[in-house]
Amino acid sequence: MSHEAALHNHEGQGHDDHGHHEHHDTFLTKYVFSQDHKMIAKQFLITGMVWAVLGGLMSVLFRLQLGYPDASFPWLESILGKWAKGGQITPEAYYALVTTHGTVLVFFVLTAGLSGTFANFLIPLQIGARDMASPFLNMLSYWFFFTASIVMLSSLFVETGPFSGGWTAYPPLSALHDASPGSKSGMDLWIIAMALFVVSSLLGGLNYIATILNMRTKGMSMTRLPLTIWALFFTAVLGVLSFPVLLSGMILLIFDRNFGTSFYLSDIYVNGVGALSNEGGSAILFQHLFWFLGHPEVYIILLPAMGMVSEIMSVNSRKPIFGYMAMLGSLFAIAILAFLVWAHHMFVTGLNPFLGSVFVLLTLLIAVPSAIKVFNWLTTLWRGNIRFTPGMLFAIGFVSLFISGGLTGIWLGNAALDIYLHDSYFVVAHFHIVMGVASMFGMFAGVYHWFPKMYGRYLNNSLGYIHFWITIAGAYMIFWPMHYQGLAGMPRRYFDFSIWESFKQFAELNRFISTVAMIVFAVQILFLINFFYSIFKGRKVTVLNPWESNTLEWTTPIRPGHGNWPGEIPEVHRWPYDYGKDGHDFIPQDVPVGADETDTH
Amino acid sequence: MATDVKTGAEKNKIHPYKMVLYAGLGSIVMMFAGLTSAYIVKKSQANWLDFELPNVFLISTFVILLSSFTIQMAVKKAKEGLQNQYRGFLSVTAILGVVFMILQLQGFMALQTNNIALTGPRSNSAASFLFVITLLHLFHVLGGVLALIGVSFKSFSAKNNLENTLPVQLLSTYWHFVDILWIYLFVFLHWIG
Repeated sequence: MSHEAALHNHEGQGHDDHGHHEHHDTFLTKYVFSQDHKMIAKQFLITGMVWAVLGGLMSVLFRLQLGYPDASFPWLESILGKWAKGGQITPEAYYALVTTHGTVLVFFVLTAGLSGTFANFLIPLQIGARDMASPFLNMLSYWFFFTASIVMLSSLFVETGPFSGGWTAYPPLSALHDASPGSKSGMDLWIIAMALFVVSSLLGGLNYIATILNMRTKGMSMTRLPLTIWALFFTAVLGVLSFPVLLSGMILLIFDRNFGTSFYLSDIYVNGVGALSNEGGSAILFQHLFWFLGHPEVYIILLPAMGMVSEIMSVNSRKPIFGYMAMLGSLFAIAILAFLVWAHHMFVTGLNPFLGSVFVLLTLLIAVPSAIKVFNWLTTLWRGNIRFTPGMLFAIGFVSLFISGGLTGIWLGNAALDIYLHDSYFVVAHFHIVMGVASMFGMFAGVYHWFPKMYGRYLNNSLGYIHFWITIAGAYMIFWPMHYQGLAGMPRRYFDFSIWESFKQFAELNRFISTVAMIVFAVQILFLINFFYSIFKGRKVTVLNPWESNTLEWTTPIRPGHGNWPGEIPEVHRWPYDYGKDGHDFIPQDVPVGADETDTH
Repeated sequence: MATDVKTGAEKNKIHPYKMVLYAGLGSIVMMFAGLTSAYIVKKSQANWLDFELPNVFLISTFVILLSSFTIQMAVKKAKEGLQNQYRGFLSVTAILGVVFMILQLQGFMALQTNNIALTGPRSNSAASFLFVITLLHLFHVLGGVLALIGVSFKSFSAKNNLENTLPVQLLSTYWHFVDILWIYLFVFLHWIG
């Protein structure tokens, strides 16, 4: 049988009617308490988008304060009430905004919104499974996340305000009710929301691991998995092994807050009164437990983006991914190193310098797998027949941001430099570029690329291009100058810099950053309009495989029902990156290997 | 039905639910690894109170060891299709689980009577650590006991024909795990603590 004949089957007309299903779902079982992984993915995505808007809006508000510290905006008072008395954000509100922005974007958007969406959506579709190992636990995972979201949202409305001690929740601000207004009921709600969130992540992660290991279709060996699946697998492993440690740290925190223990509280005074009647504990202990999760968390955020970028780049370069096994090995190396570098967040805690040098070495080692990945992405693009779809642009943007932000990681990984740069805007710039914006770009790339599979319609390309160019230019304009501010010693988490002689020189620059931040936020609204408009009115997908991609999700009907394939699950005969092989533009994974086919990829 | 999860797994030796369970046990291991590491770090610092572990914790260790044996027997009888003996061993395991939990609570009370405060103003983090770690283990045992009671009730219903032994297999894996976890914690608290 020739490939042409086999390929032809995949280019058939849309079999929309195959998507219809025998049993009838009610609105409640189809859209709300759905056990279909695709619907759960969309629930995660849309909840994540709501949080992204809220978290983004918070950053606009605190950038308003940093850019215009002397100005007064009466409309702010009418929205925020006592939190913006006289039209200026109060210091308490500023810290609450920064804290909630960090918590929400790290956990609710870039963990649940990213992993939750794409692990749910892509794992069964790309490995050839009808659903997850346990669709019920999968549904629970979303509803724990939803409940966590409601609790976190409600903390914004309590009288003393949401938690304001930073997303890392270091004691004593997190452990003593009297430490600050945000340490009262706002912190109680924060901790409940986070506990629910950890449960959600664990339920999701267990399912992803079991599904990838156990539910692959016939012929789908582990080394035939698309790199998206490998990345999501390592992400799930990281989550399952690190979130429980955060949970144990937070349980001790709950005991310190509510039951008079002193795991984290040292001899401490609030308003001149000794806060503890018992023996002292160690706040550093919390930092160890927190960063043991906190560092893997960075890779929980980054790896799914890396996986999707690898897949999207290969498809749109019409070339096999360069160095599949090296890509896989570097993912593995990053996953291992993720657990061994947490103390590089703690160089200024009085850490033993010898221990510090070990962590410096291990941290710098991450540059090796990271560089392997970067070179492999670049060599995948090299001499490719590149299609600049919006998804592809965001994938390339991801690589650009990963390089820019990764290089400053080498600076910060050195204890000697970190002691100077710690808690400065240099750190803010570093982690926003390499983790925040880069992963956001991975998420956008994934949404643009898989939107046709999610909703059977395309996103508007022109709006996508506007979205991409303004966002990438804006991201650099926002965070690039922050490196200089940080080098000049400008500390992060300060409410107002205008009273320091040494930072007055940055007043103009701060205003510039704030203005760009607002423009970039406005462009994200444009993306949202594109997203929701296209769900209902976008151009319809009429072919099964619009990107001419090799992976299995494009062998399902245009609008797949619960169970994904109306008939048998396709069998897999090859790896997913047979692009431009033997004169064929692409050969999907379910096409048998021909007799005259060359061996080499 | 389209959502039958077994379709893709028939060729595999391990049931997907077992894989979910194994990964879940891994996450529980990490939770207690975190807590016991924190214990070691805190112990090396000032203000650490040394005290004797009450003997009742040793008795509870024997009880949970015995229950591991009984649940293994229950699985064996289930596979052999011996309905009555299966019911018996399963119920005994559930009862032993409850006894273990009561003994643990008595351990907490024994510490209190020895004037070692677990929480509150007079507490030392040595005792607080013991309390939190043991309490979290207790919650994991409670989960197992509730599942045991559920499966026991099911085993007495007329419809139960022992064709599907998966629930009891999953349960026994989990139960052995909380047993081994307790032995680790007991050894840790007794000799390292």
